[in-house]
Amino acid sequence: MSAAILTRTGRALAPWAVPIGILIIWELSSRLSLIPPRLLPAPSAVAVAFWENAKTGVLFEHMAISAGRALQGLAIGGGIGFTLGVLNGVWRPAETAIDSTLQMLRNVPHLAIIPLVILWFGIDEEAKIFLVAIGVAFPIYLNTFHGIRTVDAGLIEMARVYGLGRFALFWRVILPGALPSVLVGLRFSLGIMWLTLIVAETISASSGIGYMTMNAREFLQTDVVLLGIIVYALLGKAADVLTRAIEGRALSWHPAYQNAEVRP
Amino acid sequence: MTVEVFSRRLSFYSKFEPRYADGIDAGHLTLVKPAQPASPERFEGLPITLRGAGKSFGERRVLEPLDLDIPAGQFVAIVGRSGGGKTTLLRLIAGLIPATEGAIFIDHEPVRGMQKEVRVLFQDARLLPWQTVISNVGIARQSGWRETAKATLADVGLEGRENDWPAVLSGGQRQRVALARALVSKPGVLLLDEPFGALDALTRVEMHQLMERIWGEHRFTTMLITHDVAEAVALADRVLVLRDGRIALDIPITLPRPRREHADPAAAQLQAQILKEV
Repeated sequence: MSAAILTRTGRALAPWAVPIGILIIWELSSRLSLIPPRLLPAPSAVAVAFWENAKTGVLFEHMAISAGRALQGLAIGGGIGFTLGVLNGVWRPAETAIDSTLQMLRNVPHLAIIPLVILWFGIDEEAKIFLVAIGVAFPIYLNTFHGIRTVDAGLIEMARVYGLGRFALFWRVILPGALPSVLVGLRFSLGIMWLTLIVAETISASSGIGYMTMNAREFLQTDVVLLGIIVYALLGKAADVLTRAIEGRALSWHPAYQNAEVRP
Repeated sequence: MTVEVFSRRLSFYSKFEPRYADGIDAGHLTLVKPAQPASPERFEGLPITLRGAGKSFGERRVLEPLDLDIPAGQFVAIVGRSGGGKTTLLRLIAGLIPATEGAIFIDHEPVRGMQKEVRVLFQDARLLPWQTVISNVGIARQSGWRETAKATLADVGLEGRENDWPAVLSGGQRQRVALARALVSKPGVLLLDEPFGALDALTRVEMHQLMERIWGEHRFTTMLITHDVAEAVALADRVLVLRDGRIALDIPITLPRPRREHADPAAAQLQAQILKEV
């Protein structure tokens, strides 16, 4: 009995063995001065840096600012991408008019326009939000467009036989059919959102996690730099968990998202 | 752009919307609608009339001009090889595609697009996977659809499955949901486009019995498209063989109902006679 519990606990802990092992080796190497603290401070030093920044509230201030920028950019860029995706998906003249332009713009690495953005907006909030919006718009556009175009034609025909009007057709058939694809676009966008924000904040900002990290570099506070990186990782993970939750709810009808509980 | 204008311009859908000529060439083909007493329990079965109705796709004629009278409440089976024009005929009657020649009348009115009296059961059930069974059945959302849908689901043997997702149903159950969805609007005409073709033999026989019972209760005019001669003989009042776009055989099936599908020499003889023409 106790052996079985041990096996089960062991199995649950197994994936953590390697990270924990690395942390222990890292800590020991720092303590034994095998790694100079300026290059890589010990995990305990990063934890202390976290505690000090958290205590004064500075860390959370920066986090809130970064998250705010990310979400504003996502809302604006995602909204534009989704709207254009729907428009071009259902209306061919719009596709003819806009799609090739969008495809050209899409292939410009959006970080390449940073000099232009700084010229336009300086280092104000708009610059960061603009860059994030540009970055997230395209994955959402492409996936929304693709999702709408690949809705089962048989379902659309059925809906028309059953007398659904155009709006019922859109809301009850086209949009739900495109939703899995739209959410794939959203997850792509979240990755790009953090990436863009990190770059934008390190180049020009006076607040946010990226600023905190760059500022720490000036003063050779490597522990705070590491802390910034970890915070980015955690924010990214949080965004991913959130999308998974949205997917699980919005796509509960989908066989791939159905677990033991079948009834909605 | 207003919402309404935008919706009118959703041209992506327009390929699913048949275009009918404004002046339908049926001036000499008008039919006079006879006065009929409607019976309250039954859905009002509607007669289907074809007058020289044909269909060409470009140069290729898939359906030769046909004259056909299907009286109200009759169960007709159309048998033929694939590519023989069966599905085209069904789609013409459903108003999914317009005829290129002649005219089609349902209840003495020319068909000009999809009509709410006509319902279609497709080979695949075509349920919306993101809606529960009951929401699929009440897809048209008429007032009081929940009660009607629930009762109809019980009628096709799916009591208690109202809130399941279509993904968890078997093929036969999905077709039952599709049948319930067709029945809630009390159709005058039910068009079946090989709906049992993809089912296993046992489920198919079950579905035949269900179909025969439901049709017997409501007497909507029914047209079954199938390549299965045994199925046609088991269900229909009348079997038409469609070959190369023409009617090659038109025979009545007067076997007593309810029909059993095994070891009936009369049925076997009819099947042989039909198979010769397919």
